[in-house]
Order: sequence, then structure tokens, then C-alpha cells
Amino acid sequence: MTVPLSYYLVLSAILFSLGVLAFVVKRNIITVFMSIELMLNAVNLSFVSFAAHWHRLSGQIFVFFVMVVAAAEAAVGLAIIIAVFRTRETLNIDRVNLLKL
Amino acid sequence: MRLTALYLFASFSDFQQGRGSVQMPENYVPAFIFIAVALAIPVVTLAIAKAVRPDNPFGTKLMPYECGVDPEGSARGRYTVRFYIVAILFVVFDVETIFLFPWAVQARTLKAFGFIEMMVFLAILIVGYIWIWKKGALEWV
Amino acid sequence: MPGFHRGDYLLALPMMLLTLFALGVLLIDLLLDRSSKVINAWAAFAGLAFSAAAVHNIQRAFADQAARGEPSSPFFAFSGTLMVDRFAVFFFYLFLAAAAITILMSVRYLEVEDEHHGEYYALILFSVVGMMCMAAGNDLILLFIGLELMAVSTYILVGFLRRDRRSNEAALKYLLLGAFSSGIFAYGLSLLYGLAGSTNLQQISMALGNAMAPGKARVVPAVALVTTAAGLFFKIAAVPFHQWAPDAYEGAPTSITGFMSVAGKASAWALLLRIFLFALGPMRPLYVPILVFVAIATMTGGNLAALTQSNVKRLFAYSSIAHVGYIMLGLIAGTAFLPNPDGIRGILVYLLVYTFMNLGVFGVIASLRRRDIIGDELDDLNGLFFKAPTEAVLMLTFLLSLAGIPPLAGFYGKYFIFLALIESGHYALATLAVIYVAVSAYYYLRVANAMFMRTAGDRVPVTISPGMWAGLAITGAATVVIGIYPEPFLRMVNWSMHVAQNPTVAQLLR
Repeated sequence: MTVPLSYYLVLSAILFSLGVLAFVVKRNIITVFMSIELMLNAVNLSFVSFAAHWHRLSGQIFVFFVMVVAAAEAAVGLAIIIAVFRTRETLNIDRVNLLKL
Repeated sequence: MRLTALYLFASFSDFQQGRGSVQMPENYVPAFIFIAVALAIPVVTLAIAKAVRPDNPFGTKLMPYECGVDPEGSARGRYTVRFYIVAILFVVFDVETIFLFPWAVQARTLKAFGFIEMMVFLAILIVGYIWIWKKGALEWV
Repeated sequence: MPGFHRGDYLLALPMMLLTLFALGVLLIDLLLDRSSKVINAWAAFAGLAFSAAAVHNIQRAFADQAARGEPSSPFFAFSGTLMVDRFAVFFFYLFLAAAAITILMSVRYLEVEDEHHGEYYALILFSVVGMMCMAAGNDLILLFIGLELMAVSTYILVGFLRRDRRSNEAALKYLLLGAFSSGIFAYGLSLLYGLAGSTNLQQISMALGNAMAPGKARVVPAVALVTTAAGLFFKIAAVPFHQWAPDAYEGAPTSITGFMSVAGKASAWALLLRIFLFALGPMRPLYVPILVFVAIATMTGGNLAALTQSNVKRLFAYSSIAHVGYIMLGLIAGTAFLPNPDGIRGILVYLLVYTFMNLGVFGVIASLRRRDIIGDELDDLNGLFFKAPTEAVLMLTFLLSLAGIPPLAGFYGKYFIFLALIESGHYALATLAVIYVAVSAYYYLRVANAMFMRTAGDRVPVTISPGMWAGLAITGAATVVIGIYPEPFLRMVNWSMHVAQNPTVAQLLR
């Protein structure tokens, strides 16, 4: 492997920061959801590169679980989004405001 | 921003214990060539086509093609919510196979133990399947 | 051959039984008609009872260990991923008790809401499985899976009233912020894994010990600490990561609000203690300042925001945030060994008494729900004393206990934590905390004032189901009995603190 570990880690840190930024900035619920997926994928990249660095498999196994967890969260999230849409007819996060913040 | 990136970079490179200077990753040369070729083919084809074809646009020709019938309504209309439910179920059941692959590769070494554990996993999955079936989530309309 | 032993399955038996019963509830529910949904509650209850028996079995193994004169050492299972020690057993019992009381209080409430489905009980059981994994995990993978199992089940439970706009919205906000915090937490875990090359907590602790040696760059450990801690602070709803809590608590079905605020919180604390004491131990000099800042912010934010609330569920959401601040002081005061164990003991006592008193509060609020009235505004409590005197007196007991008035259970939680603070020399923090306790008495007494001093808006009697009576009786009795006769409960907490008699474990925890 000639690509140093730090390259992967910096890429992962950038992806993660972009995910956090999109989570804060974006207003559409589906897009906000995708930014969370981006964060989790940055985590996955970080885990696999560490797993390759240490020559241990546990990091890759963690990635499997993160992916499954992300899928479960996406499924539950989509279901809740549908429920919200049915009662409100909007997916703009600023208009989901019955509970005061 | 750039300073932060550099700082992060420097701190992450702590992991690179005892490695030499950073050099061109030679293993990736085939990948770069591949990317270049993949980009070149469509660009070149489209460019040649543009150069040689006759240019005669008119209204009917530019209409979206829907099997020869005139298009109905906007393409950005709403889908029925059924599609979403199927998509949700797909997401969950699709990802579960991720656990089957490593087991399938190592099935011989894991023997009966791995088989039983996997059957337990599948049994739990099947309970979920029965549940969505009985709830009618798989029925159309 | 990765052979697992019979003992491994005995240690996982509480979780396996709960999973089995949860699946059973899902299947049985398909066969039941609308009028007999209460069978689901009984099935779930049976699952909790069987699981408690399995936990008792593990507890007996510890007793045998002590009888043989051996130092207490944790039981490991599944290649060291599951570590059941006395600490975990304590939390197992706590989760099971909270879930059982929640189920008692739920049946009637769900019928009123017209959303009585078996999935509710199955999800409660699944979330308890997740909580158990959080309390007994010794491996980042198991801890993360447990956290997510608990969290995903709770997201659905919060949005369980799917035709109610507030419930939907609460679920959405909770889910988005919860998933966001999980992402941050997972990123921290990935850096910890990178530092140690292992997902095992002890190995991480050792690697961090090396990384914290003087003269080494500490940037990556610091980033790992900050992201992991931020994720955990989200889960326990500490300021400035608390925004989801008031919304989620207000919109959720009231029974679930109670469940989240005690079991969810206790499990998040179990996870936090596991990570901070067992994995991040060597970084204590770095994380104590963060904890001090967050604890002060949490006490301030929670108490001051609670002063002006008109919605009772929201008020108690902010009150629970304030309680997180007090609990956090215990972690500042000491780890399990250094400088003194009273801090952690205080946290365990606090979580124990908080479980009963807060569940009681939300039980009373849930019982006010009728067809035409939601019952969660402060005005809905007006004149409760004249309509349902027993319930009003019980509510007063819970309120006084939450405020930490001496003869009641809540006093002991605060007593041990403040004692530990003073012993470890944090006089300023202890003074501040006592001032905030005095502030909190104001908003608790506001609720009491509404119940006793105002006249009711209507004359409709409050109907309380037998299950709700049982739940209120248990929580009320526990609040009073722990307050008057705390010795057995303190002995139980001391028993669960004996994780560390084993010198090798003590070494790792230092």
C-alpha cells in the first residue's frame, strides 16, 4: 500500500465535516437525512483504513454493523417522514414547528 | 481553513510510524488510465457525432419519448406512497445480506456452529417478514 | 474454531429471552383482535420476569464467587465482547424494573389514544435488550449496536401516535438529532479504534495510556475524546446538546416519555460510564474540564428553562436535563477508585431513585389523559387534589423527592453526589449545585400549587386503571421507602460497585 493512512483519514475527516455542515445548513428533511448517511460513510472509511493499517478485521466488521444500523435508521426515518408528510404535506424542516424550540 | 487541514493532516500522519517520504502511488496508475479512458470514450463519441450529424430540431422531435405516446403531465409528479413502503422494506432486507456474505465465505471453517447461528439470525428475519406480510405491507393497493 | 461456551449463553440469556418474547409478542399480536390486546402486555411482562430470573441467576454466580472467597471479577463471554460484572447486573435490574412499570402504566393510556398495538410492547422489550448491551458491552461494536437498538426502538415509540402531529414531529426531531449524534459518536469510536487497533475497551484504555504519555502529540486522542463525548452528551441530553429532549418528551406518548426519561437516560449513563471509566480512563485530566463546563451549563440551562414552562411534560423534560447536570457532578468527583468512589456510588443511587420518582410523575400525567383532553398543560393539573386526592398526594411525594427534600428518596441521590464533591474539594461546584436545587424547588412547587391551591376547570372525575394504580403504588412506595429506610438499597449499590476488587481490573480502571 503506497497511499499513506493519513490521506484516507483526512478524506474521512473532510467527508465527515461536509456531512455535519450539510446537516446544519440544509432545510429539506430528505437531504438532512442524506447528510447523516454521509457522516456514517466517513466513519466507515475511517474504520476500514484503520483496519488495513493495523491488519485487523475488527474495523471491517464494525463497518458491517454501521451499514446495517444506517439502513435501519434510514428505514425508520423514511417511515417517520411519510407519517409527517401525511399529517402536514411539507418536507421543509422549518415548517415542522408545532413544538417550540 | 487551510491551516486547520494541514494541522489535521500532520496529526493524522502520526500513524505513519517510520515510513519514508510520500511518493506517487504507483499501484493506482492503472486506475488513473482507466478513469481517463472511461472519460475519453463518451466525450470523443459525442464530439464526433456533433461534428458529423445534420442539425434540424423541431418541437415534436424534442418531446420526451414515452413509447411513442404523447407524454401525460409533468415528469416531476408525486409517486404513490406504496413505492416508499416497498423501498423501505427493500433497504432493510437488502442490507441484511451483508451478514450472510462473510458467513458464506467461512461456512466450511465455522461448520455446524456457524450454520446454527446463521439460522437463528434468519429466523429473526423471517419473523419480521411474516409480520410485514400479515400487516399487508406487501400488498399493492 | 470460535467455539462459544455454555456459560456465554447463560450470560446473554437475559437478552436472548427478551428478544424471544419480543418476537413472540409481534407474532401473537397478529392473531389478537382489537379487544384483547392486553394479552400483549401480559406476554411482555412475562418476558421481563423471565429475563429478571436469568439476571438473578447471574447474580447468584457472583454470590458463589464471593462464597468461595475469590475477589469479585467480571464474567466475560463471546470472546470478551460481553462483560457482565456487578455494575451491569445493577443496570439490568434497573432497566427491567423501569420497563415493567412502564408497561403497567401504558395499557389504559394506549386504549385512550386508540393506538393499542402489540408492537409497542415488542419495541419496549427490544429497547431493553439494547440497553442491556450498552450496560454490559466490553467492545465498541456491542456498545454501538446496543445504543442503536435502544435508540431506533425509541424513535418509533416516540412517534407511536402516528395520527398525532405532535408525536410525528417529536419522532422526526428525535430521529434526526439522534442519528446525527450517533454519527458523531461513531466517528469518535473509529478514532479510538485507530489509536488502539482494537475494539476492546481494555485495549483502548492501555493504548490511550501510552498515547497520553508526556511528549506525544495528543491531537488525535483529543479529537477522539471530544467527538465521543459529544455523542454521549447528546444521548444523555446535556446542555448544549439537549435541544431534542424537550421536543421529544413533549410529543411522545406520555408513558414513553417516562420510559425514555428513566430507562433511556440510565442506559445512556451506563454507556457513558463504561466509555469514560473503562476506555477513556487515562484521559481523565483532559475530560474533567469538559465535564465541569457541561455540568454547569446543564444545571443552568435545565433549571432556568424549566422555570417558565407551561406544559408539564416540557417542564419535566427540562427538569430531567437539570438532573443530568447533578449526576454529571458525580463523575467529576471521582472515578470508581480515584480519588474516591463516592461519586460513582452517588450516580448509581441517583439513577435508582430517579427511575422511580420520575416514572411516578409521568404516570400521574398519563392518567390525566382523556378522550377530549391531553392533560399535559399545567392548567390541566388544577385542583387535582379535590378530584383525586390520593393521586395528588403521590404526585406531591414525587415532586418533593425530585426537589431533594430529606425524608424522601431523591435526597439520597443528591446527598452522595454532593458529599463526594465536597470530599474531592469541589466546593464551588457543590455550592452552585445546592443553589440550583433551591431554584428547582420553585418550579416543582408551582406544579404542587396548581394541584392544591387552584380550582379545577371541570368536574370530570379522573379514572385510574388498576395497572396505573399498581405502577403508581410501586413508584410511590419506592420513593418513600428508599427515603426512610435506604440501607438495603445502598447495600445493593455498594454490592454493584465491587467490580473493582479484582486487582487486574482495578489496574485497568486506574
